[in-house]
Amino acid sequence: MAQTERVIEMKGITKKFGEFKANDNINLNVEKGEIHALLGENGAGKSTLMNILSGLLEPTSGEIIVNGKKEKIDSPEKANQLGIGMVHQHFMLVDKFTVAENIMLGKEKHNYGFMDDQGAEKDVKDLSDRYGLTVDPSAKIEDISVGMQQRAEILKTLFRGADILIFDEPTGVLTPQEIDELMDIMKKLTDEGKSIILITHKLDEIKKVADRCTVIRRGKSIDTVDVKSTSQQELADMMVGRSVSFKVEKQAPSPKGPVLEIKNLTVKESRGLEAVKNIDLEVKAGEVLGIAGVDGNGQSELIQAITGLTKIESGTIKLDGKDITGKKPREVTETGLGHIPEDRHRHGLVLPMMLEENMTLQQYYQKPFSKNGFLNHGKIKEYAKKLIEEFDVRTQSEESTAASLSGGNQQKAIIAREINRDPALLIAAQPTRGLDVGAIEYIHKRLIEQRDNGKAVLLMSYELDEVMNVSDRIAVMYDGKIIAIVNAEDTSENELGLLMAGVPLEKAKKELAGKVETDGKERATVANDE
Amino acid sequence: MQTTSKNRLNALLIPLFSILLGFIFGAILMLLFGYNPIDAYSAMLMGVFNSPYFMGEAIRQATVLTFTGLGFAIAFKAGFFNIGVAGQLLAGWVAAIWVALSFPDLPRIILLTLSLGAAIIAGAVWAGIAGALRAYFGTSEVIVTIMLNYTALHLTNYIIRSVLATGNTTEIVGENASLRVGWLTTLTQGSRINMGLFIAIIVVILYWVFMTQTTAGFEVRAVGLNPDASTYAGMSAKRNIILSMLISGGLAGLGGAVHGLGTFGNLFTQSGLPSLGFNGIAVALLGLGNPVGIFFSSILFGVLDVGAGFMPNRAGVPDEMADIVIAAIIFFVGANYVIRLVLDKMQSNKTAEKGGE
Ligand SMILES: Nc1ncnc2c1ncn2[C@@H]1O[C@H](COP(=O)(O)OP(=O)(O)OP(=O)(O)O)[C@@H](O)[C@H]1O
Ligand SMILES: [Mg+2]
Repeated sequence: MAQTERVIEMKGITKKFGEFKANDNINLNVEKGEIHALLGENGAGKSTLMNILSGLLEPTSGEIIVNGKKEKIDSPEKANQLGIGMVHQHFMLVDKFTVAENIMLGKEKHNYGFMDDQGAEKDVKDLSDRYGLTVDPSAKIEDISVGMQQRAEILKTLFRGADILIFDEPTGVLTPQEIDELMDIMKKLTDEGKSIILITHKLDEIKKVADRCTVIRRGKSIDTVDVKSTSQQELADMMVGRSVSFKVEKQAPSPKGPVLEIKNLTVKESRGLEAVKNIDLEVKAGEVLGIAGVDGNGQSELIQAITGLTKIESGTIKLDGKDITGKKPREVTETGLGHIPEDRHRHGLVLPMMLEENMTLQQYYQKPFSKNGFLNHGKIKEYAKKLIEEFDVRTQSEESTAASLSGGNQQKAIIAREINRDPALLIAAQPTRGLDVGAIEYIHKRLIEQRDNGKAVLLMSYELDEVMNVSDRIAVMYDGKIIAIVNAEDTSENELGLLMAGVPLEKAKKELAGKVETDGKERATVANDE
Repeated sequence: MQTTSKNRLNALLIPLFSILLGFIFGAILMLLFGYNPIDAYSAMLMGVFNSPYFMGEAIRQATVLTFTGLGFAIAFKAGFFNIGVAGQLLAGWVAAIWVALSFPDLPRIILLTLSLGAAIIAGAVWAGIAGALRAYFGTSEVIVTIMLNYTALHLTNYIIRSVLATGNTTEIVGENASLRVGWLTTLTQGSRINMGLFIAIIVVILYWVFMTQTTAGFEVRAVGLNPDASTYAGMSAKRNIILSMLISGGLAGLGGAVHGLGTFGNLFTQSGLPSLGFNGIAVALLGLGNPVGIFFSSILFGVLDVGAGFMPNRAGVPDEMADIVIAAIIFFVGANYVIRLVLDKMQSNKTAEKGGE
């Protein structure tokens, strides 16, 4: 390699939580202008390492050299001064503030004085235009989609003009186009001489943008490899320490009677607009129905309506033959529903509570976990231990708080809780978001297993790969309606892409068959509307 | 959790440290105004601990504080700020005295049960109003409980003057309604310490059992920590808001009954809300989350309260100064809570990031 400049050198970093070593003598070098990927299983210690670099955690031992100088990074402010900025895996946004206010928050504190709202909004608008990250600067965080929150978070770091950017799983919630755009932005940034550390579980992203990749396994750095000369399979195997299969193994489905029957369902979102518009949908026992669509086309509201979390405007929902329209979440759950929610921190877990308590969050009031209103802690513990073991949730103990688990392991805990109840219908919203390839392989297997056991699975994902690989049928949602239902076997990524942009099935088929011309133009406008 | 034992230590050290800070601050104040803090503090401590009578008084005070402290704490656990403990205490006081005066001839066990029961219900209803308004209309429980405090105060005074008595003081309740017990009174050389102490200890245990061993307590904790996830898991936020407010008010009401039937034996018009209600908040914050902690901080407060009375006579510190010193200590105890809240926030933010997405 040509003479390069090392911007970051982390030497022998060890971080202990009690007796547990989250990082064990890790070495990491980042060169100026490179995109350096960090790859490792859930709980391998990636976020911990990056939190050390960005001043949120102090290492137990080891040293950090920034631009050739040994530094003690003991606060995020210090990291900021050194030009290190982090886009967090979990958004650090103030719900009640607008996008612009959130982005200004750091800047205003560290550089200028106060800013007027309009000025701020304009600055944010300029910035978001420049990098092609679409946000509505004047919208409140609590009102915007997870995807847009993520974009605001990225903008926040860009706004501070850091030279070394850390992206902790930035693409989990982005649509394929948005991911491509982000990749372009990253390239642009490195062309300008900035350096990027990218944590991602998606090997294709690493292949696409990264120059080098450091693999971490169970807290130890295994190797740093040149991305060009390493295959995805090699990366995956190196990370997990065994051979991983990417293809979802499954037999043809044998669907039976309907488990979920939705008729004429209309749901309004929080601002009173119709988010789900007169939908009919059926999920049969023994099938996985995937819901594809760009974030914000009514998928979340549809799921909330089924689970009883949102009031429905009109229509009926039947689960397992029983009418659950307007029923409370618990009644719906008891009728036979499992739900892996999209936002695991907000809806899936009570973070400050123990893992064992979280594992029984749906069942604590039932036997054997309680009797006559008294909890049976022994049984709860036993059950949690069993699930931790079976679903390979990496935690120090079942008494650890849910907050102390790594992102992926939190997700595994929820999945374990929901699948293990063996519900007639399992709704999985973005179930593998933030999971490593080994864990994804496992979760997909469990979803298929549910199906093969004659249960119904409703899978909502923004990732086309996932929807196509796991589902038997795919319903595409656009603007609150299901514009097409296709068989996973007969469709293609391109076809789904067109459907997701609102192109009717007939037209999409025609277009793909090559008869474009006039239609192509129409599609462009539709897509832009979105 | 790897940090459990360390956390426990911290949980103990931080309040002790803030108590110490409070004392130091009080000492500085006294020095500034030319009083001798060592004399003052030793007057306070010796005054209480050298006399069975004043020890009895301190414990009596602590008894009531334990109820109001636990009452505040349970609502707080569920995510509510029940400022109305003082008003709920009054409601319980009125109810207990009212029952006691109405049925003076019932056997002691029955009369006490009825009186205490009525007090619990009165306190629970008073707090329940705020809980229901919050659950069904989203009204801020802080504002509602503050208003209910004043309503309780004036209503109490009205009831005394026009229903229970002709003047400003009711009759003393009969023997059968008193919580005093002879041997305790004798042991403490005539202090007003009473059976309320044992009720408080039982309630401390029940509180612990409720929070950690029952499904209802599990729900209260879960809803308080993350209402969204709890709703997803099928718990009813509304139900838990109301339940925790009912228990909260019930405990405060019971405290009122103990105060009424144990300390005074009667009810009289008041010019302001009983400070026992507000100090209950400080007690709860100092011993936060832990009923045993609340019990011990109640005792501390009882000692401060009673001991402050010795500062003027024995150390020449005027009443006002003594009050300021006590207020300073309470302030630091309260600040301890704020400091801890900030620390926790930072910690949990860090964990959240670190824990990943
Ligand atoms: N505050 C903490 N207390 C105890 N253990 C912790 C704490 N923070 C992290 N850990 C543990 O350290 C390990 C590494 O966590 P980390 O968040 O760095 O993983 P990660 O590689 O980012 O995983 P993921 O891909 O799932 O986000 C995990 O086993 C986690 O449980
Ligand atoms: Mg992580």
